[in-house]
Amino acid sequence: MVDVEHLTKYYGDKKVLDDISFSIADRQVVGLLGLNGAGKSTIMNILTGYLAATSGTVRIAGYDILSDATNAKKHIGYLPELFSFYPEMRVNDFLSFICDLKGVMRDHKERETHLSDICERVGLADERRRMIRNLSKGYRQRVGFAQALIGNPALLILDEPTASLDPSQVVDMRELIRETGKKSAVIVSSHILHEIQLMCDRVILIHEGKIAADDTPEGLSRKMMSTHRMVARIKGAKDDVLNALQSVPSVQHVEAVVENEPGAFDYRIEGVAGTDIREDVFHALAYADLPLLQTTRREQALEDVFLHVTGTDQDAQPIQESEELR
Amino acid sequence: MIAVFKREFHAYFHSPLGYVFIAVMYFFTAYYFFMGNLVQNTTDMSFLFNQLFTVVLFLVPILTMRLMSEDQRAGTNQILFTSPVSRLGIVCGKYFAAFAVYLMSISGALIMALIVEFFSKTDWPVVIGHLIGLILLGASLIAICLFLSGLTESQVIAAVSGFAASLSLVLIDALVSVVSGKTFKTLFMYMSFNNRYHGFTIGIIDFSNVVFFLSIAALFVLLTGAGLEKRRWS
Repeated sequence: MVDVEHLTKYYGDKKVLDDISFSIADRQVVGLLGLNGAGKSTIMNILTGYLAATSGTVRIAGYDILSDATNAKKHIGYLPELFSFYPEMRVNDFLSFICDLKGVMRDHKERETHLSDICERVGLADERRRMIRNLSKGYRQRVGFAQALIGNPALLILDEPTASLDPSQVVDMRELIRETGKKSAVIVSSHILHEIQLMCDRVILIHEGKIAADDTPEGLSRKMMSTHRMVARIKGAKDDVLNALQSVPSVQHVEAVVENEPGAFDYRIEGVAGTDIREDVFHALAYADLPLLQTTRREQALEDVFLHVTGTDQDAQPIQESEELR
Repeated sequence: MIAVFKREFHAYFHSPLGYVFIAVMYFFTAYYFFMGNLVQNTTDMSFLFNQLFTVVLFLVPILTMRLMSEDQRAGTNQILFTSPVSRLGIVCGKYFAAFAVYLMSISGALIMALIVEFFSKTDWPVVIGHLIGLILLGASLIAICLFLSGLTESQVIAAVSGFAASLSLVLIDALVSVVSGKTFKTLFMYMSFNNRYHGFTIGIIDFSNVVFFLSIAALFVLLTGAGLEKRRWS
């Protein structure tokens, strides 16, 4: 469905994409994962024909996005990161305008059936008569998703579709994307690894304009799993716990964080890189008769993942709670 | 292109802009008809059409100011440019929407001619010549202002630069009388919208004037499309 070869893009003197190549099969849900500014949106803008690449080729369903843009774009449904709309239009009018723009569903009855079906799928059935400007942010995003689905495109490109949605809307959006992936190829971008893992069959990590990794979510999880860092909630006197943990040879650093339960602290425990400290910690606590109430594996921050997969992990990064990976 | 045309045309009437533009044009048409024909008690409509030349110069920037700039500011151009419509098709859709509203606004002059016909006898060849001149003048001015609107995200800047362009078209006439060089004089005469429009007001449909206005319109529509294309490569 998508063939990208040696894509390079400069903004002035700045190289934002550096020789990117990948292919995407039909009905594959692919996540573009990267930090803000990594080049995800630029890739999507080039795939949709909004921007032109400095060099390299993009073929959508066999059509070149530059030389045969009209045919290539007929296969694309696109939800931009910042979905903009015409404030004076009602949902139904806007979707009908997109039908006209895409040149699909010209027959009135056929169009009505198609739009009803899409609105039902995205949860807009009761909002079709409302002005878009009067809708909540979540519903506006649904309108954006609905317009992308018009004409049943073979490729759906969604740029940060869950950004700025509340948690329940995020769950709905994920479900919609998973469902759509059964019929179309989907490219979805995010800087949230967990988000991508829940929706995608495949993850392409973009870092500083290059592909840092191209793997399944499971494969990526294995790469990023950190067994030498953990957070443990342990009951007992703080000094006893610290002594017990510091007696473990593979443990390098222990720090009491906060008392979350009466008499029980959360401890950050860090061992030698490449070792698995979990069993040693368990045995040391059992030997000292200190009840282990709860453990949490400390996953790496996204930046650490990039350092890890690009082989530049110095393991000297300070431990940071990562909001992005929650 | 038709989808963009329909949306833009409807957009004029989803806001007060379309109504106000047409109303103002009708007001000036009626005013100059009253002053030039009813008060003077004549069927010669040259005064009306001569005055409409200036009115059109200063009202067209209002009509076109939002055409391209609004999409850039609001980000809706992303929806348009990723659709299977060429950028030139998008520009043409917007251009013809503005042109359609413009045609509606100058229809007042035709109504005045019919009023004259009802009470007396209209000199139709001259009136048709006037109308063709007005249509061609609008076609080229809309294209120039559309191009200017495509250069900015601000509607105000688009309108102000449109006024400046209109004013410079008037100033070209003034320059003809003050420059001494024959080459410049000829050049300014050649570029003068007023001179070319004047031929129509005396009932002469000069083919070179028709081609001039149509060429200006085509040139600026193409330049607007090229401007959008350039942005794609930036």
